[in-house]
Amino acid sequence: MPIAKVNGVEVEFEPGMTVLQVAELAGEEIPRFCYHERLSIAGNCRMCLVEVKPGPPKPQASCALPAAENQEIFTNTPMVKKAREGVMEFLLINHPLDCPICDQGGECDLQDQAMGYGRDDSRYGENKRAVEEKEMGPLIKTVMTRCIQCTRCVRFITEVAGVPEIGLISRGEDVEITTYLGAAVTSELSGNVNDLCPVGALTHKPWAFNYRPWELKKTQSIDVMDALGSAVRIDSRGAQVLRALPRINEDINEEWLSDKSRYAVDGLGRQRLDRPYVRVNGKLSPATWGEAFAAVAAKIKATSPDRIGVIAGDLQDAESMKAALDLFGSLGVKNLDCRQDGTVLGAGPRESWLFNSTIAGIDEADAIMIIGANPRLEAPVLNARIRRRWLKGDVLIGVVGEQADLTYDYNYLGAGPESLKPFVKHGAISKQKPMFIIGQGALNRPDSGAVLKMIAQAAAGMGLVKDGWNGWNVLHTAAARVGGLDLGFVPGAGGLTAGQMVKPGALDVLFLLGADEIETSASGAFTVYLGSHGDRGAHKADVILPGAAYTEKNGLYVNTEGRVQMGERAVFPKGEAKEDWSILRALSDHLGARLPYDSLDQLRRKLFADHPTFGQIDFAPGSIPTVFDLSAVGDGGKLSDAPFAAAVTAFHLTNPIARASVTMAECAALASGAAKMAAE
Amino acid sequence: MMQRIGQAIRGAALLDFVGAFGLALKIMAAPKKTVIYPNERGPQSPRFRGEHALRRYPSGEERCIACKLCEAVCPAQAIYIEAEPRADGSRRTTRYDIDMVKCIYCGLCQEACPVDAIVEGPNTEYATETREELYYDKARLLDNGDRWEREIARNLEMDAAFR
Repeated sequence: MPIAKVNGVEVEFEPGMTVLQVAELAGEEIPRFCYHERLSIAGNCRMCLVEVKPGPPKPQASCALPAAENQEIFTNTPMVKKAREGVMEFLLINHPLDCPICDQGGECDLQDQAMGYGRDDSRYGENKRAVEEKEMGPLIKTVMTRCIQCTRCVRFITEVAGVPEIGLISRGEDVEITTYLGAAVTSELSGNVNDLCPVGALTHKPWAFNYRPWELKKTQSIDVMDALGSAVRIDSRGAQVLRALPRINEDINEEWLSDKSRYAVDGLGRQRLDRPYVRVNGKLSPATWGEAFAAVAAKIKATSPDRIGVIAGDLQDAESMKAALDLFGSLGVKNLDCRQDGTVLGAGPRESWLFNSTIAGIDEADAIMIIGANPRLEAPVLNARIRRRWLKGDVLIGVVGEQADLTYDYNYLGAGPESLKPFVKHGAISKQKPMFIIGQGALNRPDSGAVLKMIAQAAAGMGLVKDGWNGWNVLHTAAARVGGLDLGFVPGAGGLTAGQMVKPGALDVLFLLGADEIETSASGAFTVYLGSHGDRGAHKADVILPGAAYTEKNGLYVNTEGRVQMGERAVFPKGEAKEDWSILRALSDHLGARLPYDSLDQLRRKLFADHPTFGQIDFAPGSIPTVFDLSAVGDGGKLSDAPFAAAVTAFHLTNPIARASVTMAECAALASGAAKMAAE
Repeated sequence: MMQRIGQAIRGAALLDFVGAFGLALKIMAAPKKTVIYPNERGPQSPRFRGEHALRRYPSGEERCIACKLCEAVCPAQAIYIEAEPRADGSRRTTRYDIDMVKCIYCGLCQEACPVDAIVEGPNTEYATETREELYYDKARLLDNGDRWEREIARNLEMDAAFR
């Protein structure tokens, strides 16, 4: 490897690295505004100037200069200091002095670097320039006078999000960032431009003026809005969650986060169940915990186990599902299901319901077939990764199902199962690392057993699963789903599925563990709802047990890869609400079937003992590819030729937290309006 | 021996008594130092740090822009602020509380304020009968500002040359 000198210290670097990267290898900090590791290089802010020998006797922009063998790089010479001060003075000429009312204040690159590398005052005495505000939709607030034209937002929206809707117009002093015709940005990743903006030109509109970064408590957590399990940081003040920001996790979300994961947090403060309720004379009335438990226990004790059913919701942590499984299992209940949408997965080898190539594996794939999924809506961050793979070139992408704008080109192969038939007989393909991404749209149909069988036959024939590569990938939409399937939260022998449980007269007692995505009004059973929000599940409930939302409990979540991740509690549950597992533990006392754990630690120990996969925190099973028997996946039955329907139609309204969020409602209204416009 | 005789003569002549009486008479005649509060008051520096007030611009617009620097700098953590955009889109506080019992009157809040909104005025006479009355909210602070604006403005002007 070539060697360069940074301030006299020799550093080995990989060929192709820039001077800035080499200086960072040596531990030198280079100030920058436009340069970002995950975006293309623009070289227009000039803040990263360094002195390089051999080279012209002037400072060089280190972000755009390839490092060379035996190069000498200086980051602390008087020339560099003077250059940085000069650049900073020019940047500040037109930047307003409104830090006290700027939401970026306290976490602003320009503030920090002006302190670190700038002059103490400005020699500029003329009028500052002012720029008109731009409308960028309900998520991005603009104060364009603050813009320093680094074009990070333009590059992100164009390269990563793939919706080229932000651009730079004019020249010189008149240069402006703008959208086309003042339209809102339609990306599901648009919130990231607010993070990327090094100044306060683009800030988070839903959180405008609500907080200062220094007054927030930061908690590391896991996102539950989709099945990716993106790493997030929950920022809270007192009992209120104020924002969610991405944490860097190279294997999942890199440093991006979808708008729903980011801005639905205002839903955590609305529509909350903060005390138990019991239905008296057809009306829900407030009750104490004791009364609520007594009502549930009396009903459950009086009912035979085969007339009791439990449905787990999409946002549940593994611990609460384990507690429910243990409690109702000990009562002899077989009607258990975590698949509200009727997905057929859950039998056969574990690999059959995982994203086996891993999310990072997309970068290596050379053929991707998307079946019955719209990754742009179901997992926007994953879609950005597919797009990046497509941008790199030499990849074959096919789609069976909905023909949506996925931000990259693909071969459209058909709408329904019949378009898969050619692939069953296709035989081995020449690609080394092909992958199927199978969405819930293909798996939640009445004939999904047969569809799954056919996909498995195609996968086996095409050689997707082989030594060193497992191309069988299921893209889930619910954060709790893989955890539930791993736990075996599926109907026992002779048990009813979720769809069968809610049929009229099927059951006498229906226990909803945060299940809001299933229509229960026809059921007629005595319904108990344990959850955080007064949403669909709670409306029809006879007893409501208030639980904790994902920011209010320590919990384990298994993402679509099968990676177990731990989320930490940021704030306490609202009002009298308790953590879900402890509610089930308390209920078990009233039922005379005491659960054998008194703390979350003991519960986790039992969970790890009963289900060893949960003990492997942060491990994606697909990172060590295993061959599994595809012939065991799916079952027979008649295929219908109905096209695959999308599993997620309203991206912003997929769970109770998002439905309680004002921001998400605004976005959804805008999105449906835009869809109508497009249809006309 | 001689010392004792001298002491006896001074004692017999009541010299100590006469001297003390003379001093008392002199001080009785001298002008008084006592300030007859509340009819009279001692001098007060323009930098005096008394009761807090939130000021307004001459237009009537409140000055505070909810930057929260006072809240951040307050060593006693006596200030609590909540903010959100006002209907016209400007950045304003929805809540500005000062716990006057916690406050140590250090004046850092007015030092930190970029718009001279929060100031410690010249008022010292705000004793209350209950603790609760000393939990000031935004309305109370703005009211203080309106009441003391003339004095506060004069003090700030007098001090401006040294800031």
